[in-house]
Amino acid sequence: MERCRLVFSGSGGQGVITAAVILAEAAVLHEGLIATQSQSYGPEARGGATRSDVIISESDIYFPKVTQPNVLVCLTQEAYNKFYTITRPGGILIVDNHYVTTSRKVDAMQRELPIYERVMTEIGKPIVLNICMLGAVIGITRLVKPESIMKTLQSRINPDFFEINQKALDIGMDMVKDYAMP
Amino acid sequence: MNGTLKFVQGNEACVEGALYAGLKFFAGYPITPSTEIAESLAYRLPQIGGKFIQMEDEIGSMCAIIGASLTGSKVMTATSGPGFSLMQEALGYAIMAEIPCVIANVQRGGPSTGLATRGAQGDVMQSRWGTHGDHAIVVMTASNNQDVFNITIEAFNVAETYRTPVILLFDEVMGHTRERLIVPEKDEIPLVERLRTSVKGGVDYHPYLPREDGRLPMSDFGGVHRYNVTGLYHDMWGFPSENPAVVDGLIHHLTDKIRNNVHTITQYKEYFIEDARTILISYGSTARSALHHVLNRRKRGEYIGLLELQTLWPFHGDLIREKCKNAELVVVTEMNLGQLYRQVKIAVDHPERVFLANRVDGVFITPTDIKNMLRLIQGRGV
Amino acid sequence: MAIKDYIRERFFPHIWCPGCGHGMVLNALLRAFEDLAISKNEIVMVSGIGCSARISGYVDVHTLHTIHGRALAFATGVKMSRPELNLIVPMGDGDALAIGGNHFIHAARRNIDITAIVMNNRIYGMTGGQYSPLSGYGTLATTAPFINIDHAFDVVELAKAAGATFVARTTTYHVKQMSELFKEAILREGFSVIEVLTQCPTYFGRKNKAGSAVDMVKSFKDNTTPVGSKAKLESPGLIERGIFVQKDLPEYTREYDKVIERAMKKR
Repeated sequence: MERCRLVFSGSGGQGVITAAVILAEAAVLHEGLIATQSQSYGPEARGGATRSDVIISESDIYFPKVTQPNVLVCLTQEAYNKFYTITRPGGILIVDNHYVTTSRKVDAMQRELPIYERVMTEIGKPIVLNICMLGAVIGITRLVKPESIMKTLQSRINPDFFEINQKALDIGMDMVKDYAMP
Repeated sequence: MNGTLKFVQGNEACVEGALYAGLKFFAGYPITPSTEIAESLAYRLPQIGGKFIQMEDEIGSMCAIIGASLTGSKVMTATSGPGFSLMQEALGYAIMAEIPCVIANVQRGGPSTGLATRGAQGDVMQSRWGTHGDHAIVVMTASNNQDVFNITIEAFNVAETYRTPVILLFDEVMGHTRERLIVPEKDEIPLVERLRTSVKGGVDYHPYLPREDGRLPMSDFGGVHRYNVTGLYHDMWGFPSENPAVVDGLIHHLTDKIRNNVHTITQYKEYFIEDARTILISYGSTARSALHHVLNRRKRGEYIGLLELQTLWPFHGDLIREKCKNAELVVVTEMNLGQLYRQVKIAVDHPERVFLANRVDGVFITPTDIKNMLRLIQGRGV
Repeated sequence: MAIKDYIRERFFPHIWCPGCGHGMVLNALLRAFEDLAISKNEIVMVSGIGCSARISGYVDVHTLHTIHGRALAFATGVKMSRPELNLIVPMGDGDALAIGGNHFIHAARRNIDITAIVMNNRIYGMTGGQYSPLSGYGTLATTAPFINIDHAFDVVELAKAAGATFVARTTTYHVKQMSELFKEAILREGFSVIEVLTQCPTYFGRKNKAGSAVDMVKSFKDNTTPVGSKAKLESPGLIERGIFVQKDLPEYTREYDKVIERAMKKR
């Protein structure tokens, strides 16, 4: 990997920005990589379309925004409709099949994953949806090790929630075990 | 570099720099996109025995930091667009009364409430001339976390050296982008501490009588010297004066102390300027896109370079003229309608070679935008 | 220390008009300092803009002559940074309650240990006689040449509602009471407000046919009554003077020390 550009999109409150921060922070603090994370958002704290851009690279990053993501994640229909066309040809498009119905195929590996469904049936708490999504992303891309994600989480969350986050991450990785990139 | 590795927003890099520089007092009012600076300092300052206060507005914030600075503390406030407008009156007071302080303005789209969550660089001229009357000001900026950290420390150093407010002119993109920051060990970066008078208590102390080197040693409010501080023209004791010689002397002192030190105050970075036929001039977050473009074109053998200004005011026209003297094309890249562009045009030998590549629609300018605008400027079509 | 030791003699004579009440306020304040025997180095006087604001220049303490309406905000910064200092903030009526009204209520709300003196002469003097938020309905001013239709604030009620923990009113006729109130306010920890009714014969007096300075001072004697007096029941038009609020609540800078204590535990 020389450089991977990711866009995480969804609605406010889904933890989309948090997931992006955790991934980029894990890359910088625990994997010695260069990363940037930025976001654009409207005035609302909950709801509304949220987007966060992450670049992970082995060399310095100057322009911190992503125009054509190698990996696009959409957690709402609105986000999907707005962003799916920007996926880089040959890239990866990940959507949650509970929230998003895909309309047409893009020139990318397209994965409709049961993130919401499995989080709800196996954990029962939608709060870890973003971490499960992150599990799927790193499961496919191998951008950072799951341990790095967990180390990053450790410094951010109450120890009581550590276990369900670990579980969510594992479920996400399990979901894509057949799609992992070499 | 030794130090602590962090992954933080530009706003937090500014906080780290301020704390490294010895910040002890912050007063502020919440406003997007600068709020993280206040939030972070509300947490960090009391941990080191410093003070944080959320004032009733930006006017009060600016006034409170001036009051605190007089007692000997290193002080700061942070704001954005509308809040920066509200601070202009007290900013003028700090200039007139020569109070060291640092003001971070994390720019957003203006005028008025404008675009609260979008980056812009429209306050370049406001930071220069926002307060009324002739005056000099120091305005600094940076384009990545490490530089934000360093320039924030430099802002405190300049504020103390010249007894002046220093404005840090960041923007939403820089403020909210997270990337790595290494906070160096203590003492790795030199700090300028408050120059205090050696005059003993009971002896006539002249708070506004410059030393031979132009610096004015201070005495902390609450200490042994009782003197007056005012926003009116004042004599060497700090007392109001309308004596024409005093007025003339003071206005020249206030402007000369900055202007005469433009060489020392100015900070910049340059990339491939030596043989560049096209020179981009940029600053703040926009310089990131410019550098991205320059590196891309260099790979293709194009003679293009970048001059990244970190000190915007005082404007170092001689430096710009010197750096651009061999350039066939000078393109100022900024996110406004040409606020620095006009300055550059005045400074260079060939103003007809200076062009503007900008974007003012709330969208962060991309390397592709710059590429396309350069092609248009060069008459090559997009 | 003698009273004279508290002034900067070389800046006299002062700029106030003959008959102006501000000098009487200065006098009472100096007497309060003398009686309390406070070290001059421990007093910081912060003023804004206007006739009232010039008071700071005449007193030999740490003096900060700031911008219109913002004195309390500057004082808040000084006090937060150096809580051991005594902060005295003399303000005019327009200074404190028009342009500075927001800073006034918020300083009161925080209960930060500052002595705020509102020198209420019901007019903007320095700019030549415009109506202030304390001029009152029916008065005349250069900006109310026909009649003033703005209602006045009641400083005492406003300060009470905003949370000041010491609120008092006096006049330039009652100079001894004024001095005593200043002393009490300085000694108390918390935000103190003393409204002093003072005369501006040059503008308010002339515009409103209030007579000479002596007549105006005399009217303070005739038109005021001690708080809770029987006279007030008989003549409701009388203005009460004395102490209206006196309560002990945690002071802001001390409260902030608790914040520091909590924060340090989380390091």
